[in-house]
Amino acid sequence: MESKPRLLTILDIVTVILLLVATYMVFFYAPQEAVMGDVQRVFYFHVAAGWVGMLSFLVAAGVGILYLVKKDRKWDIAGLAAVEIGIVFAFINIVTGSIWARPIWNTWWTWDPRLTTATVMMLIYLAYLMLRQGIEDPDRRARFGAVYAIIGFLSVPLTYFSARIFRTIHPIVIGSGDAGATGSFDMTPLMTQTFMFSLLTFTLIFIDLLWHRIRLGRKADQVEQLRLKTME
Amino acid sequence: MLFSLFLQDAPINTTNYMIAGYAVIFGVMLIYLISLLVRQRNLQKDLEVLEEIQVEEQ
Repeated sequence: MESKPRLLTILDIVTVILLLVATYMVFFYAPQEAVMGDVQRVFYFHVAAGWVGMLSFLVAAGVGILYLVKKDRKWDIAGLAAVEIGIVFAFINIVTGSIWARPIWNTWWTWDPRLTTATVMMLIYLAYLMLRQGIEDPDRRARFGAVYAIIGFLSVPLTYFSARIFRTIHPIVIGSGDAGATGSFDMTPLMTQTFMFSLLTFTLIFIDLLWHRIRLGRKADQVEQLRLKTME
Repeated sequence: MLFSLFLQDAPINTTNYMIAGYAVIFGVMLIYLISLLVRQRNLQKDLEVLEEIQVEEQ
């Protein structure tokens, strides 16, 4: 069995500590928002999860290009790992947004441009996982995955800018948002510090999970190669 | 609902929604971690079986 690198163990420990500190900051360090109350605290991890989702899809597109250039399967393994993690965090982002919306917008869901594009983005990558499973030949699957991840990435900037381009009720906390946005608030310095710390923590969680998922992917590849060899 | 948000003195009580939000965040992350562990264990078993078959064939 492949031994776990020492650096990965250190990264695991640092990530857990940072997550504990970020959670403490969210609940005890950041002040309660004056209008929305406690539910505003969801914002810190909601945005951080959305950031990890988009970062994952960016990585998947990047390694997709690398695969097409180098034809090395390790980039396909990394791409699949990034997409899987991206879906998990995009899901967290959408569900926590919906929970926040219930008391603030008085509805769990609305087909607002930001919510719609975020959902479409997640579904595009969910389809990536499903379609991959239907391709038996590993090289063809990898080529398909690379092209899909590159084209699918178009949905990421569309999601990010949707709240800035279209009329939306989704608030933009950083920068200026639509006048019709509901649930906006001004961040105090303590809120900003908590927010930035959460972003840093989630970035580290992403790196840590990606490393673990790539190790898992390498093992899956090894099993697949052996299985094909045994069947010959 | 929106009017009540702006006219109130104290923040509305939304603690339950906050708890629900964080339950989802930690719950989903935990489920994903468990899935990674389970898949790792299953693949290790598969690998051992396949290696045994290879040795037997040789």
